[in-house]
Amino acid sequence: MDRPCLARPWRWFSLFLLLSLGLPAAAQGDAQAFVGARLLPITGPPIDDGVLLVRNGRIDAIGPRAGLSLPAGVPVVDLRGKTLMPGLVDTHSHVGGGWGADGSAPIQPDVRMLDAVNCRDSGLQRAQAGGITTLNVMSGSGHLMGGQTIYLKNRDATSIEALAYRFPDGSAMGGMKMANGTNSHRELPFPQTRGKSAALVREAFVAALEYRRKLEAAGGDVSKLPARELDQEGLLELIDGKRIVHHHTHRHDDVLTVLRLAEEFKLRVVLHHVSEAWKVADEIVAAKIPCSLIVIDTPGGKLEAAEFDASSAAELERRGAPELVAFHTDDWITDSRLFLRSAALAVRAGLSRETALAGLTINPARMLDLADRVGSLEVGKHADFIVLSGDPLSVYTRVEQTWVEGQKVFDQQDERDRRWAEGGWGAGQPRVQAVCCLGDGEDPR
Amino acid sequence: MSFLSRLSQALFAAAIALCAPALSQDLAVRGETIHTVSGAKIQDGLVIVRGGKIQSVGPAAGVTIPAGLRTLTAKVVVPGLIDAHSVVGLAGYLNQPQDQDQHDPSAPIQPELRAIDAYNARERLIEWLRGLGVTTLHTGHAPLALISGQTLVAKTRGDSVEQAVIVPRAMIAATLGADSREEAKGKSPGTAGKQIALLREAFVGAQEYQRKQSQADASKRPDRDLRQEALVDLLERRTRLLLTAQRHQDIASALRLAQEFKLELVLDGAAEAYVLIEEIKAAGVPVIVHPPMARFWGELENASRNTPKLLVDAGIPIAFGSGYESYVPKTRVVLFEAAIAASHGLGADTALRALTLDAARILGLEARIGSLEVGKDADLALFDGDPFEYTTHCIATVIEGVVVSEGSR
Repeated sequence: MDRPCLARPWRWFSLFLLLSLGLPAAAQGDAQAFVGARLLPITGPPIDDGVLLVRNGRIDAIGPRAGLSLPAGVPVVDLRGKTLMPGLVDTHSHVGGGWGADGSAPIQPDVRMLDAVNCRDSGLQRAQAGGITTLNVMSGSGHLMGGQTIYLKNRDATSIEALAYRFPDGSAMGGMKMANGTNSHRELPFPQTRGKSAALVREAFVAALEYRRKLEAAGGDVSKLPARELDQEGLLELIDGKRIVHHHTHRHDDVLTVLRLAEEFKLRVVLHHVSEAWKVADEIVAAKIPCSLIVIDTPGGKLEAAEFDASSAAELERRGAPELVAFHTDDWITDSRLFLRSAALAVRAGLSRETALAGLTINPARMLDLADRVGSLEVGKHADFIVLSGDPLSVYTRVEQTWVEGQKVFDQQDERDRRWAEGGWGAGQPRVQAVCCLGDGEDPR
Repeated sequence: MSFLSRLSQALFAAAIALCAPALSQDLAVRGETIHTVSGAKIQDGLVIVRGGKIQSVGPAAGVTIPAGLRTLTAKVVVPGLIDAHSVVGLAGYLNQPQDQDQHDPSAPIQPELRAIDAYNARERLIEWLRGLGVTTLHTGHAPLALISGQTLVAKTRGDSVEQAVIVPRAMIAATLGADSREEAKGKSPGTAGKQIALLREAFVGAQEYQRKQSQADASKRPDRDLRQEALVDLLERRTRLLLTAQRHQDIASALRLAQEFKLELVLDGAAEAYVLIEEIKAAGVPVIVHPPMARFWGELENASRNTPKLLVDAGIPIAFGSGYESYVPKTRVVLFEAAIAASHGLGADTALRALTLDAARILGLEARIGSLEVGKDADLALFDGDPFEYTTHCIATVIEGVVVSEGSR
């Protein structure tokens, strides 16, 4: 989108700023103390009447109020009576309306969600209202390999560059969406059986290894190098472990097929949805493969989810592997504003409250290689947190505020934010941001 | 309730309990809190069930549960929940062509399609809802055609429609808006204007049929026509029109249509009802609100989780329905949906009333179900805590005195 009021050099400079810093300039230099709430650090025990000190968008200190002396002059936010926990990490979302791979082929590792997400979609705003501060936005369904996913920091920003997490090389961070079972069964060139699905995927990885062999055989001789192939490069990022495979799978036998594939090609895999994890929990735990679980209100709706059971998380925990448990919204399958509810329903089905909360925060952060930055309230981590009116697992509790890197991105007191939280006239409007000479972007409707 | 009346009720209960032999439909249900819904909450209450009906309800103190009578206990006891609009039983959980009977696409107006000919009483979704306290289901043809067919009311038990059904034809289901436009299939109706034109033509045609059928000379009457008969039943208010409309302009059209043909209307969905509260109230029309967790997109982009509260505050009767889902989850659960409304201003007591007694009234069944009152069907749902809390379990469901579900769900 063009912004005619900005002089061209300024546009490039601001773009440079966004790219080099990766966070809004406003986050710099601020210090704030959040005082009096019950803190749920996740990686440590709850702290009643706590203090969370935030500086430069990072957590500077955390502890009980009694034991911390605040630096002079730091603004204090009084949160007595509230509960404060890390921002939620959604390992599987479709907000932003991007579809990724198209109908031309079942395996499309070259397609990037970076190029597909509508970063002004109101879904991102609703995710903020639900307390989600980090999202893995996935390609749509129906492919063996649906493309590169993108990990987003749910800031108030309207460019994908400003939202994307970064790999150490500076490129947009994400995993790779894969699927099996009936999900990717279609007319040719798509597979129509499970055996064919697995064969097509194995052939793709074998071809990538051949491509790798040719690269190495060239020995740096440019004339001998094979032509660049984006899809092979995508596959090699999986074999090299740079990208994590986010694998849609439901049925018990399809789950085991993923484990077999991961073993053969040494892939780093997170199982997604895993409706029948409760049937193959022993195998999943033995392979130490993390599960990002969907929680739906009713089994069925498609063959793959016919034997869904909300006890899967509890079954993994019971086998001593709580760290393998995470949840996701799969927004639009479940609503980003009700992400806490998914974990609560797993508690209803036998999971401990501790693992339920870890499954919304630190565990999914690990599944996105982001646990060094987010997922718990620890010194040095991003100041991504939510303020709740009460127990995170109660239906009566509301997300009152969502903070990302020390910036408030959702406030229930704000009329427009509340509209995204609760719905109402105009709730489907795209996210808006003030533009210097175009008003605040309010939809004229 | 005075002490004397409570005493006499308790004595009466005890007397009846002593002289009647225990049947499978006899039961005692004790609750730390019993929500009768029609009256005050009872702390440490007891419901005595005989022959599938509620024989007494009151404080447990002083009542001796007759020997041999099976007794269930729970933290919270409520009337069996009512799903006021569903497609379950016609729509199955597999979502494959062989278990989807909620919509026949051959014509846009088919009020003659009976729900009793399509209801699968053994459908797994019915068992699922029953396990979560739902005892009564108003279900039928889906909101996918201008007039998709009839609905029925069933208890969530029985192996056949005959065993389950309590109202064979409850309403006739119609739909305005995108879900019943057929333009994409190259068919009519393709617009909102055409939808109303087709409906008006159908009712005008039915008025003609009605006129000709009432001629004194039987030889001049037209041949019987099931479609026309069903429309005439609407015109003569023998059945009601259940009209699903989400957008405000479609809700307004629904009210206009009902007024023109003097139809008895129940509004369904009604995502933008909050901008037409005065009009809906003036029309005296009840609303079965869309599930509060329905996806807020398309025609529901302006939906609000506060709609149930706004309607109730205005004095408009509401109930909750699971609606229609084409994918995952294949049905919603009214217990879960009402919980979201409860936490968005409606409050738990009002949400429970909408789930039980108010739903029964909208279905015209308040003499039989919807509250824990002497003489009503013994339909109960038992919970180990606040029924609306995410982590509470439904521990038993009772239909007409029979324990149809037990466990911890």
